[in-house]
Amino acid sequence: MEKTALYNFHKNSGAKFVPFAGYEMPIQYKDGIVKEHINTRQFAGFFDVSHMGQFYVSGGRSTELSLEKIIPLDFKEIKMNQSKYSFLINDEGGVIDDLIITRVENGFNIILNAACKDNDIKEIAKCLNSESKYELRKDLSLIALQGPKAEIILESIIKGVKELKFMNGNYFKFLEKKIYITRSGYTGEDGFEISVPNVIVENLIKLLTDKDAKPIGLGARDTLRLEAGLCLYGHELNQEINPIQANLKWAISKKRRETGGFKGWENIKKDLQNGVSKIRVGVKPAGKIIAREGTKIYSNTGEEIGIITSGTYGPSVNSPVAMGYVKSKFSEIDNKILIEVRGKKHEAKVSKLPFYKKSYVK
Amino acid sequence: MSEKKYSKKHEWIMLDGESATVGISKHATEMLGDIVFVELPEKGKSLNKEEKAAVVESTKAASDVYTPVSGEIMETNQPIVDDPSNVNKDPENNGWFFKIKVKDKSELDSLMSQPDYEKFVKENPN
Repeated sequence: MEKTALYNFHKNSGAKFVPFAGYEMPIQYKDGIVKEHINTRQFAGFFDVSHMGQFYVSGGRSTELSLEKIIPLDFKEIKMNQSKYSFLINDEGGVIDDLIITRVENGFNIILNAACKDNDIKEIAKCLNSESKYELRKDLSLIALQGPKAEIILESIIKGVKELKFMNGNYFKFLEKKIYITRSGYTGEDGFEISVPNVIVENLIKLLTDKDAKPIGLGARDTLRLEAGLCLYGHELNQEINPIQANLKWAISKKRRETGGFKGWENIKKDLQNGVSKIRVGVKPAGKIIAREGTKIYSNTGEEIGIITSGTYGPSVNSPVAMGYVKSKFSEIDNKILIEVRGKKHEAKVSKLPFYKKSYVK
Repeated sequence: MSEKKYSKKHEWIMLDGESATVGISKHATEMLGDIVFVELPEKGKSLNKEEKAAVVESTKAASDVYTPVSGEIMETNQPIVDDPSNVNKDPENNGWFFKIKVKDKSELDSLMSQPDYEKFVKENPN
């Protein structure tokens, strides 16, 4: 089992650990998931997401064209320091991983899911030519600072971060070292993702905790992202689901949706032209019943129409929240559906996403 | 009232005349974390010892609550359904789950005393 550079910090903060993607990660701290969730929404919380892959690819235009085979973005369109959400696509159009890619000096930073990163690198390497160089940056930690006070807290530590716009990044100086920060996150709140060398990550955490930002575990990360309607790889996304079914068409650049030229294009083109047979939706149970992953979804008339892929209780909306896939003709917002929990069918409806309104800085 | 007893599945039970009050231990609530959903049995339902009686859910997962003795459900604690955090606040008093009419008091003999349960928890931390 691997540990992040902040393992001792987590331990001393009363973390409960769980194995996650080969890492020992904090699922929660002393306050518990609900308090951590609320604290992120109302003040600021930070997450150690150093288990995620920080992958750097360098090279010129031919590298971009190589990446375009497997990532359905128009690379010409990505401005310096701009971040884009997209995918690695397999030959059938399924999602190998979802990712954030940022144009930086001489190349791109790509943030990959922890459980997928080793395979992702193999898949990316297959597409690259000899001009491209790449490296998994194991020397760097990744800290997400999220919440309405994230800006004021981070600005007091690293001057200039408040100028960053959502889904944009830049280089900054911290303890005489050059670090990279983007304005982004996975909670539905404003915030930053700070890529910082392992050797000084504890210094950063000390300054964040001095400003009363609280450590947040994977448990609250999940409730926060679900309220924000964001996908989690292995749940809403996998190798058998394509981005059109996942209702993430927008994460394929417009030009690429018209001209294709990437893996799995034939299947994706078909789904773009003819519509999809199943699609990702939000699901809101009528009562307090929680629909967990694997819960079957039925139509009003009892026809089985889909399955829940993530579900929990949303502390900020004070009700259960879930996402899942249903047959497209049942996907209209407010459509009444049934969810089967412990052998009983309960009323629910298709809900618009997000469940919780975001407040990103544009 | 008699001595409070504990099951290996982390329920507590307290006998009072012919009926007993059942809930989940403080240790169980600490393991579960924030409880966000409770489902209680219907009044009048007959259950056998160690049968599923209720459900508690944290933000992470659902867990079953079993009855430590056989009997008929007489009363359930609606305030923990209305606000499940009441279980975390006071698991071994106000956070009780149900009252059960005990069929066979000798079933309590196989349960643990408080000191025995504390020892059991130390030896089986998860």
